[in-house]
Amino acid sequence: MGEFVMPSLGSQMEDATLIQWLVKPGDRISKGDIIGEIHTEKGDIDVEALESGIVRELRVQEGDTIPVGTVMAVIDSEKGLPPEHKAVEPESERKVEKEVSDERESELAPPRPGPPRPGTERQEPPPRPGPNGAGPKRVKASPLAKRVAEELKVNLEEVTGSGPGGTIHKKDVETAAKEREDGKRPVPFDKESMRRAIAAVMSQSNREIPHYYLEKDIDMKAVTEWLEEENSSRKVKERLMPPVLMIKAVANALAEVPELNGYWNDGRLQVQESIHIGFTISLRRGGLVIPALMNADIKSLDEIREEFVDMVMRAREGRLKTGEIGSATFTITSLGERGAEKVFGVIYPPQVGLVGFGNIIQRPWSSDGMIGIRPVMSAVLAGDHRATDGHSGSRFLEILYKELQQPHNLSHQTPVS
Amino acid sequence: MADSKTETKSREVNAQLKSGKRKQAGSGKDNARLMHHLLAQMIRIRRLEEKSYELYTREKIRGFLHLYDGQEAVAVGVMEVLEREDAVIAAYREHGQALAKGVSMNSIMAEMYGKTTGCSGGRGGSMHLYDKETNFFGGSAIVANGLPMAVGLAQAYKMQKRSSLACCFFGDGAVGEGEFHESMNLASLWELPVLFVCENNLYSMGMPFELAEAETDLLKKAASYRVEGERVDGMDVTAVLEAARKAVDYIRSESKPWFLECQTYRFRAHSMFDPERYRDKSEVKEWKKRDPIKMFSERLMDEGLLDEKQLADIESQAQQEVEESVGYAEESSDEPIETLSRYVYSDMKNSE
Amino acid sequence: MPEREIAEQKMSYRQAVREAMREAMNRDDRVYLMGEDVGLYGGCFNVSEGMLEEFGKERIIDTPLSESGFTGCGIGAALGGMRPIVEIMTVNFSLLASDQIINTAAILLHMSGGQFNVPIVIRMATGGGKQLAAQHSRSLEGWYSHIPGLKILTPATVEDARGMLWPALEDPDPVLIFENTTLYNFEEAAPVNGTQVDITSAKVRREGSHVSIITYGIGLHKSLKAAEMLSADGIEAEVIDLRVLRPLDNQTIFESVRKTHRAVIVDEGWKSVGLSAELSARITENLFYELDCPVERVCAAEVPAPYAGHLEKASLPQPENIVETVRQLGGIYG
Repeated sequence: MGEFVMPSLGSQMEDATLIQWLVKPGDRISKGDIIGEIHTEKGDIDVEALESGIVRELRVQEGDTIPVGTVMAVIDSEKGLPPEHKAVEPESERKVEKEVSDERESELAPPRPGPPRPGTERQEPPPRPGPNGAGPKRVKASPLAKRVAEELKVNLEEVTGSGPGGTIHKKDVETAAKEREDGKRPVPFDKESMRRAIAAVMSQSNREIPHYYLEKDIDMKAVTEWLEEENSSRKVKERLMPPVLMIKAVANALAEVPELNGYWNDGRLQVQESIHIGFTISLRRGGLVIPALMNADIKSLDEIREEFVDMVMRAREGRLKTGEIGSATFTITSLGERGAEKVFGVIYPPQVGLVGFGNIIQRPWSSDGMIGIRPVMSAVLAGDHRATDGHSGSRFLEILYKELQQPHNLSHQTPVS
Repeated sequence: MADSKTETKSREVNAQLKSGKRKQAGSGKDNARLMHHLLAQMIRIRRLEEKSYELYTREKIRGFLHLYDGQEAVAVGVMEVLEREDAVIAAYREHGQALAKGVSMNSIMAEMYGKTTGCSGGRGGSMHLYDKETNFFGGSAIVANGLPMAVGLAQAYKMQKRSSLACCFFGDGAVGEGEFHESMNLASLWELPVLFVCENNLYSMGMPFELAEAETDLLKKAASYRVEGERVDGMDVTAVLEAARKAVDYIRSESKPWFLECQTYRFRAHSMFDPERYRDKSEVKEWKKRDPIKMFSERLMDEGLLDEKQLADIESQAQQEVEESVGYAEESSDEPIETLSRYVYSDMKNSE
Repeated sequence: MPEREIAEQKMSYRQAVREAMREAMNRDDRVYLMGEDVGLYGGCFNVSEGMLEEFGKERIIDTPLSESGFTGCGIGAALGGMRPIVEIMTVNFSLLASDQIINTAAILLHMSGGQFNVPIVIRMATGGGKQLAAQHSRSLEGWYSHIPGLKILTPATVEDARGMLWPALEDPDPVLIFENTTLYNFEEAAPVNGTQVDITSAKVRREGSHVSIITYGIGLHKSLKAAEMLSADGIEAEVIDLRVLRPLDNQTIFESVRKTHRAVIVDEGWKSVGLSAELSARITENLFYELDCPVERVCAAEVPAPYAGHLEKASLPQPENIVETVRQLGGIYG
């Protein structure tokens, strides 16, 4: 038997409000299933089950605000179940999948075929095409859900299905409509509370972290030309954009300078083996979130693109997963199109480094003794002086520079599996 | 070939009829009238069948069409001794029985045309003639399927203490079916007033009788169920009539079933689309010498009971009736498609 | 006004069928019972015990083993003005009488252009679950309900076993009553004097909001049990007893599915090309935009009934299968 507690999604998170449960007592859940949705200072976040089993009891009511660590549900864990009960519902059938998945995910978590059950054979809907598959994404919604979606003017592509294989049912549409309504009403945690949270974490950073800053301008000619050429042969939806290359380049650079990829905890640096690149996303209603692109160093550009697009979209819908928040090992901040040329960012504790990218602008540039006009981007590294010295930071910027001069190399890297 | 021992003279029939309880023919004049009636009935059937054949080839009549030419004496002879209240259950070669039982030629022809004025409202066709008015219960095209129904009708009559009987006509093919044996057994076991009339025309479709039955003596089969019976020349209308009279008297007085085998022959093919590979043309020709209508009219003339003019009158009346029935059928209306689902249940609400 | 009391007593399904026949025979001289071993033996399932003594051999008629013969005889007697109750020992043997039932009883009214209706009632035992193997365990009521012209009744309660016979006898057309053998010992309180029940409608036997379980006969009892199990999980199933398989009561089915948006059909007959397929098709044809998940079916496995007990149990729908099926329907939880 296990307890599901209000998860801590960041060192600053003290409590959260349960928006809704996506499971009921008696449900079979699998580790990783989305079982509920909470509202935090940083937005609405799906929470995942940490173990497989049967939901025995839900202890928290929807709408309740409870502190981190409070028991929210009791789960009868997989091991304790009688064998015949196990056969009742194969995990794959109750597993709630997000509408957007990718091939890698399905490789990691292949659906487990359930044992055949007399009289209850069910034809599973065909798997959705992966990111490289042809054709648009198919939304599997019940006829009633479609009708209700039309009535409530809900876009089914933005609805998370709760049924077997992620099928969308009437209640999912109603939930989505309700959420939209809720978004318009003042909620306990709004812009103001997010502001407070940002204030708290930034104050802590400024108070505790002795920042050092290193700046380097990067010639972006190779990147822009390569992108132009590469994208000319790609479908609109599959086109690469600069942030994708930057995430990849930063991840590669961190692989070479591991001391920048870690946490400062208990007075010492803990270098992290995995490289999870956090990137700031400004929300339209104000504030920002920093989801992490996990294991960016071993992902292909297309995988990064796919995840990046998906996460940006979900971040703006307030539907990021627990694991995607607060797990970054290094952060990129970029004001991109907003026009500022340089960003001197504030490190997000307990991380020990952050790189800020400015806008790409045309500037005079000397190369091989010639003066020319080049697209140039400023990269400013902020380092935690407790963890590293300027030498590490400098090496990082140097490698980053080289990576961005050879964009075709970034694209040739294939994921290590 | 038919057993000629059963051939009888019409005078003798007259004597038999006199002793009968119902159809009393007191004088010679009455006898002549009866003989003319029997002949006219057979001629009506023959002309109807000839016309049906023609109309089938002209696509006015469709479906399966089984014609009765050659077997007229059986239907006419048996029917003559039945009352209106007696039930008749026939098979799919049943135009003759229907006409003889009193179903109008107009409604039979209209039925074959598939018109609402048909005796089954156009729902049955040639094989399924029904008429409640004359207690004519079909018209079943599943061989031997009507026999249990006859047993049940007889059971009802007996339970209701009515004097009616149930008469079922079937062919030699039905003898091979279980329902024949079950029905003979039940009727005998429960002592029910059923007249089983087997029209043995020697072929069940293309299957020769002697190749179909290990025991070709059908009276022995009847006897095995303790059912009394008789074999009669089915080409001789008065012989059939006499045998039927005897059967009906027995059934009504003893309240027991009777088995009557009429040895007969169909002159035409089994149905319209039948190349008749199973029998020789010479065999058909031989049997046609014993055409029941020809034999009977010649005999009546020999005996001075019929002259040419009378025969011509009978013929022309039959011909006229046939022509009228065609006109009637032609002019009758088709059922509107809107009422297609009628008659599935007595209460239309049950039809879906 | 004081409520009129209806005296009730606990009686078995078997007793209810017997009482219904006794009542009908006392009420109408035209009614009689005919079938194999209905008299001296007292009925294969003891249903007509004592009736031979009470009504005599003229009205309680033991027949030889001639299913086609005595069923056809019943048809003839019905045409002749009687109101026979023909008992065919089990549905399995009715196949020997299927010519009479299908080629005559069901279609005579139509073939005769509305002249000859056949007011016969044919009762037969049906169903499996007793380790009687493939030739004695069929549930062919759905198969018979394919035939236009027949009315198919499946009493699942003592009240229906008691009350359906009289309206069936009053019906002008052939009515087949299927009594599941596993129900004969089932006891329930029922009105002592019998009540009239209709033979046209389905009935909601348990109300619920999450899913409509549509079933009949023995399936009703299994479905009610499943519904209680589901209720413990917070799922409220509405259970519909079809009662009449032909003509089907669309209205009651549709009203329920319109409310729950989910349908699970439970039928001890086979799934392929069967009653459950028909129900599923009707729901989908008429309520497609009301459905929140696919229509599911819990039916017999596609095998002839095996003898071995555990195999037979596995081949028939059980409450656990119904629970499993309902639990995996989309959109209920949350």
